Amino acid sequence: MGLSVRMFKKVDGFTLDVKWDTGNDLAVLFGHSGAGKSMTLQMIAGIARPDYGFISMNGKTLFDSSMSINLSPQQRSFGYVSQDPALFPHMKVRDNILYGTKGIARTEKGAMVNEVIRLLRLDGIENRLPSEISGGQKQRVALARALVRRPDALLLDEPFSALDTPIRLEMRKILHGIRREFGIPVVLITHDMDEACAMADRVIVYDRGSIGRTGRPGEIFADRAIRRTQRAVDVQDTPRDVHRILFCVN
Amino acid sequence: MNGSVLFSLRLSLQVALIATFFVIIVGVCIAYLLARKDFKGRELIDSLVTLPLVLPPTVTGYYLIILFGKSGFIGKHLFAWTGWNIMFTWYAAVLASFVVALPLMIKTARAAIESVDKNLINTSCTLGRSEVETVFKVILPLSGKGLVAGAVLSFARAMGEFGATLMLAGNIPGRTDTMPLAIYTLANSGDRSGAHIMVLIFTVISGLFLYISNRFAMRTV
Repeated sequence: MGLSVRMFKKVDGFTLDVKWDTGNDLAVLFGHSGAGKSMTLQMIAGIARPDYGFISMNGKTLFDSSMSINLSPQQRSFGYVSQDPALFPHMKVRDNILYGTKGIARTEKGAMVNEVIRLLRLDGIENRLPSEISGGQKQRVALARALVRRPDALLLDEPFSALDTPIRLEMRKILHGIRREFGIPVVLITHDMDEACAMADRVIVYDRGSIGRTGRPGEIFADRAIRRTQRAVDVQDTPRDVHRILFCVN
Repeated sequence: MNGSVLFSLRLSLQVALIATFFVIIVGVCIAYLLARKDFKGRELIDSLVTLPLVLPPTVTGYYLIILFGKSGFIGKHLFAWTGWNIMFTWYAAVLASFVVALPLMIKTARAAIESVDKNLINTSCTLGRSEVETVFKVILPLSGKGLVAGAVLSFARAMGEFGATLMLAGNIPGRTDTMPLAIYTLANSGDRSGAHIMVLIFTVISGLFLYISNRFAMRTV
C-alpha cells in the first residue's frame, strides 16, 4: 500500500528517470533546483505526463504506459499544493475551500469545511477574499482546500518556502497535526535541510533527474556527498549546519 | 423623428444584438479552443477567423454571397430544403454583422482566456473539477471583463457594419436599411437634416459603447 512511482521523461535536454515507493509516511523529496522533483509531483498529480512508467496509489494504477492507462487529475485523489497557493481570487476563503468538496454529499459539505477551517486555524477569515489575507493564511487555505475531500495523499511542492521563518515553523506544526488527524501519506518537496530533518520519515534525494539515495533523515544527512548537495543549494557548511546534521543523525 | 429613422434605428439595434448574441457564444468557444487546446492547424484556424478583420467588408460580403447565395455552396442546399434564401433579408444583415464582428470577439476573448493563471486551472483539475466546471467557475469568471469588452466591441462593430451588409442584404428601404445604409441613402439623396439626425444618434451610441469597452479593458489590465 502507499505510493509507487516509476517514471521516465525527456524534456528539453533534461532526463527524469526515477523509481521510488513510500508507505503511509511523510516522504521528503530533497535536491537541487531543476533535479526533477516538481516534475515528479506534477506527474503523480496527473497535470503532467511521463513518457513512460508506472504510478499507483494504494494498489490502484493511476498511470501505466504499457497498458495505456492514464487517469486524469480528476480521477486521482491527491491534495496538491505548490509554492503558489493558487487560490481562486474571485472566491472568498470559504468558497475556495468549498470548491474542493466535489463528490461529497451536500449535507456533509458544511461540516467537512468547518472541520478543515478549525484544523488549519482559519476561523474569522472565512469571508475574506484571498487578496485580503496574508501569505501564511493563503497557504493554510490552500492546504484546507486540498484536504477537505479527504484525499488519498498530500503532494506538497515547497509550500512553505516563500514564508517567513516563524510562519514556516507554525506551518510545520500544522502539517504534523494534519498527519495525526488524517493519517495519509505526504510527499513534501523542500530545499531546506532543517525542514527535511524536522518533517521527514524518509528522505528521497534527487540528483539531476535520478535518485541519489533514500533513507531516514539521519542516514541521509550524515553523508558528506549530500552535504555537498546541500551547500550547492546555497546553505554554507557552517557550524550551525554541522549541528543540524548531528541533530539529524542523533 | 420620422418613421424611417426609427425603423433603421430599431433594425440596427435588432441586427447588432442578435449578431452579438451569436458572436459571444461562437467567439468564446473558438477562443477557448485556440487558447487552451493544442491541435494541428490551430494558427491556420485563427488566421481564417481573423481574416474578415483585414479584408475589405465588400470582399467578406462577396465570399458570403458565394457561400449563402441562391446558388452558393450552402445557400443552394438551404434553398432546396426549405425554399428560402437568406439574401436580401434582415437575417443576411445579421449574418454579415456576425462574420465581421466575430474576429474582434475571438481576439479579445483568446487574450483574456490565455491570461488566466495556468496554476489555477491545474488546481481546479486536481480538486476533482471537470473541464466544463473549470471553464464556468474559474476561467470565464476570471476572464469575464475581457469577454465583456470583446462583446461590447463586437456590438459596436455590428452596429456600424456597412459593406458586407450591402452586398448580402442589399439596401431595401423598410426592410434591410440599417442605420449606416440609411445614412448613405440620405446623404446621396441630399436629405441633409435626416442624415444629421441619424449620424448624431449613431455617433452617440458608438461613442458610448467604446467608452464602456475601454472601461472594462482598463479594469482587465
